[in-house]
Amino acid sequence: MKSFDYARASSTADARTQGTAGARLLAGGTTLLDLMKCNVERPERLVDVSHLSGMADIEVDEQRIRIGALAHMSQVADHAAIRREAPVVSESLWRAASAQIRNMATIGGNLMQRTRCTYFRDATGNAHCNKRMPGSGCAAVRGIHRNHAVLGTSDACFATYPGDLAVALVAFDAVLTIEGERTRQVKVEDFFRLPGDRPDLEYDLEAGEIITAIELPARPALRRSHYLKVRDRASYEFAAASAAVGLEVAPDGKTIKEARVALGGVATCPWRARNVEEALAGQPMEEAVFRRAALLAVQGAQPRAYNGYKVQLAPKVVARALLAVGDLA
Amino acid sequence: MVRKSVTLRVNGRDLTLDLDSRVTLLDALREHAGLTGTKKGCDQGQCGACTVHVDGRRVLSCLTLAMQVEDREVTTIEGLLGPDGGQHPMQAAFVTHDAFQCGYCTPGQIMSAVACIAEGHAGSDEEVREYMSGNICRCGAYPNILAALREVANNPGAQK
Repeated sequence: MKSFDYARASSTADARTQGTAGARLLAGGTTLLDLMKCNVERPERLVDVSHLSGMADIEVDEQRIRIGALAHMSQVADHAAIRREAPVVSESLWRAASAQIRNMATIGGNLMQRTRCTYFRDATGNAHCNKRMPGSGCAAVRGIHRNHAVLGTSDACFATYPGDLAVALVAFDAVLTIEGERTRQVKVEDFFRLPGDRPDLEYDLEAGEIITAIELPARPALRRSHYLKVRDRASYEFAAASAAVGLEVAPDGKTIKEARVALGGVATCPWRARNVEEALAGQPMEEAVFRRAALLAVQGAQPRAYNGYKVQLAPKVVARALLAVGDLA
Repeated sequence: MVRKSVTLRVNGRDLTLDLDSRVTLLDALREHAGLTGTKKGCDQGQCGACTVHVDGRRVLSCLTLAMQVEDREVTTIEGLLGPDGGQHPMQAAFVTHDAFQCGYCTPGQIMSAVACIAEGHAGSDEEVREYMSGNICRCGAYPNILAALREVANNPGAQK
């Protein structure tokens, strides 16, 4: 690991001043320290923000859920009002990582976890990674890419975004508050960039900026929501495919008023499936309707040699998640 | 190299150590404080062998910088012993249920198990399996670890 300076931030303003180019903000550290050990991350300075006070509060009222960026994953997952008002948020969190990591990792940092592509992580053994070194090529194309993305891919990169929480957040229009020279609000969906020809640029976040909070607007579909994660082992594993879904049913009790659907484990970003949502709106709550609409989730998918199973799997996961919230499972 | 004097509070004692900024809590405990009960398995946050408690919550000491936990309360497997030096009920239950073979993952399993109960996530076998999934046992002692944990969970009086 490369040597670095360690400094504690005394305030978010101090964190922004110290968090210049070459520095990294340190919160839970579960991704950052791991990648520093791999030599993928080589910061000159770590600015520890984990001791800042007042940034881990969770507020739930009739309009919205507001989560401070330093709230731990476990704290949010176990929060009674979040479990009631936004089950998909709690479920996406407790199905991610392990209990220890959820006690360390923060909500702000969780969004910024980086891909598990083994060629990206192998900084000492692999010289071809457009995400680490733009223009150097991609070893995964001819390598083992069973867990790589089929949606949102480019010629330069098809590394999967590994997170779960962000999938729930994009399905329900969550917004980030980012403090910088000016404080701005960014939809979580817009925060993540598609790889395109610059897969090294992953987020809409500049040096000197810090995520301070996440807000979710309350809505009936959020109350009736679910996160389904399918993976190679039962726990402590990244998704082969996952779905964050929610339903609002019309007063007649059988017509879908609004559906929310996003996918994880199959795309380069947390992936909102608006075409599935649109296909469901106004339709009757029936298994065949869910299954037919779910097929649209992988429209435009571009599988390669070893990840074609995700194109088969993802619609089934979406359908099963919808059947569960529709009480048809 | 960036070195600094760091005071860690471990098992109720203050330890002042001269550390490089890169030293993890795990290495500070093992290599600098002589507390070798905490084990280094994968050293990249995947196995749970290095689990300790920081401010009462279970965390991975291999992904925690020592400097990060200055002013926090660290508890290791050595700190679980009672004031009379007697075993913690979880340690006793691991012996009773033969919940290990090689023993390398055991300190991490025990630290995690104690926290799992304190968190309220030991209500069923299924819940324990989920909430203990961050502790890998390559000998495969899982059924016995589960039995030990459930025994302690079902006897709240036995927990410290």
